[in-house]
Amino acid sequence: MVRRSSITNMFAGSPIHPLQQHMEKCCECIGHLPAFFRAVADKDYEKAEEIQGIISNLEVEADDLKHDLRMNLPNSLFMPMPREQILDIVRQQDKIANTSKDIAGIMTGRKAVLPEPIAELFIAFVNRANDAATQAKTAINELDELVETGFRGGQITKVSDMISELDDIEHDTDKIERQLRHALFTIENDYPPLNMMFLYRVIDWVGKLADISQRVGSRLQLLLAR
Amino acid sequence: MESILVANAGIFIALAALFGLFMAWGIGANDVANAMGTSVGSKALSFKQAVIIAAIFELAGAVLAGGEVTKTIRKGIIDISSLGDTPELLIYGMLASLLAAGIWLLVATRQGWPVSTTHSIVGAIVGFGAVGISVDAVHWGKVGTIAASWVTSPVLAGAIAFFLFRSIQKLIINTENPVESARKYVPFYIFVVGFIIAMVTMVKGLKHVGIKLPLDQSTLIAAAVGIIVMIIGTILIKRIKYDPDADRDFHFANMEKIFGVLMIFTAIAIAFAHGSNDVANAIGPVAAVVSIVQSAGEIAASSATPIWILIIGGGGIVFGLVTYGHKVIATVGTGITELTPSRGFAATLGAAVTIVFASGTGLPISTTHTLVGGVLGVGLARGIGALNGNVIKTIFMSWIVTLPAGAGLSILFFFVLKGIFS
Repeated sequence: MVRRSSITNMFAGSPIHPLQQHMEKCCECIGHLPAFFRAVADKDYEKAEEIQGIISNLEVEADDLKHDLRMNLPNSLFMPMPREQILDIVRQQDKIANTSKDIAGIMTGRKAVLPEPIAELFIAFVNRANDAATQAKTAINELDELVETGFRGGQITKVSDMISELDDIEHDTDKIERQLRHALFTIENDYPPLNMMFLYRVIDWVGKLADISQRVGSRLQLLLAR
Repeated sequence: MESILVANAGIFIALAALFGLFMAWGIGANDVANAMGTSVGSKALSFKQAVIIAAIFELAGAVLAGGEVTKTIRKGIIDISSLGDTPELLIYGMLASLLAAGIWLLVATRQGWPVSTTHSIVGAIVGFGAVGISVDAVHWGKVGTIAASWVTSPVLAGAIAFFLFRSIQKLIINTENPVESARKYVPFYIFVVGFIIAMVTMVKGLKHVGIKLPLDQSTLIAAAVGIIVMIIGTILIKRIKYDPDADRDFHFANMEKIFGVLMIFTAIAIAFAHGSNDVANAIGPVAAVVSIVQSAGEIAASSATPIWILIIGGGGIVFGLVTYGHKVIATVGTGITELTPSRGFAATLGAAVTIVFASGTGLPISTTHTLVGGVLGVGLARGIGALNGNVIKTIFMSWIVTLPAGAGLSILFFFVLKGIFS
């Protein structure tokens, strides 16, 4: 006859840890992209397909985590942050996984070709986008410390610094993106036009990955500002 | 009329002691777990340590500071002068109340309904008083004060917990070196815990044990108690082994270890507070029965609660704790995973201080609800990852459900007992 205690009942599962786990998964997805682009540049399509499979599986796992989090976020919660903002951060994080999966999927399907002259720059671009996601993850990992300090004091400064570093990384990807577009423009007449058009699209997508990562950071900033 | 009392004196006292022991057992088996849950849940105490602390300090709280609330239950709710020459009615009523509250708690617990021991017994006594004796026999003013305290006690605990938490945020958590600050300030918090508990006990509680000290002496002794526990705490803090690796994953791991020491003393405080308030639910009615029977019908309004009854109550709680409560403590403790010692400390001390003051003023309040108030207070300071707001609904439900149920059952038993004995 163990009494259902109101003391136990009042502690709802904190969404912070699931949120961090979800970000971890999403970062794993984008983390495989540099290796994927390397394989494409080497025309090793077997390996590319293998990596694409891994990314695809990780995206499914991330989706499961997302669903769990949403299901277990009851309506009447006292949380140190608004429920809508938690859901918004999850949505942004999820886009990192989805976009990574789409890029790998479509490139594998089309057996995309990275022209030799721009291959290294392209991979550097992907790497930098990956850096942005990793930095966003580092900031999200500070959420439990933020709760511990009650969103006050030095911890706020620390996370703010992380977010401004994330902004720097994103600006960096913008810069590389411009260089890459220009480099592609100078060689585009030497290759099949459709492939070139497609590569412009891929550049867009990778650029978007960095944008989304930055957006995760800015959503986190909204939590700090309250 | 006196013949009923004299003829059945032995039976009345035996029944009262039996029912009282049953209630005390129930409190020990179930309620103590809620009081100790935050300490076990924040991993400041192991299950075994929690059981030992609870056993010692529930008993101490019951015996040293349980007198005032017992007095309220015994004669504060029912106007005994209205009984006239039928004092046995009060005996039937008190026995019926114990039986009603005990059975109701058993049923509700099995069904998983949210109930409170305090509310059951108060509802039961008001019930038999208003229906069995007369509506005027109930001290409605006092009942109103008690009902109001059920609202104010969680709010007060929440407010204290809120400001306690804000103070440790400012002094310790949000400083350059939280571990260093914790080492500096935590002993003072330990002093405050010892001082407040000792002070309230001496000013309000001890007169029931026959000790009455002037205020300045009480203050001195309370300060001495505070300093002694502070020294013990400082020694314990010195003996903590710090693990620099632990801070890499979660930067406040070592600071929380220091709060773990503080939490030990807070756990002692809440066990003491719980004993001092909830023991009355079991033994208040017993004390009423015993005093009527012993004075053979003359309802002595002035006699103090005999210590042996307080000891029966405290002993019953410990018995319930040892036979069954330890399991419930484990269950409640593992259910609370989101609480770190710094939060647990603020919430628990806020509740403990509120309860000890209520015990001193003779107000029977719900330990669980007060503790819920304390936790919500920390939550409002943005200190806890997520709290379930539904718990407030559960508290209201327990008021609405428990009071009529306790009252209805006790009215029923009252007339049954009256029929049997007269």
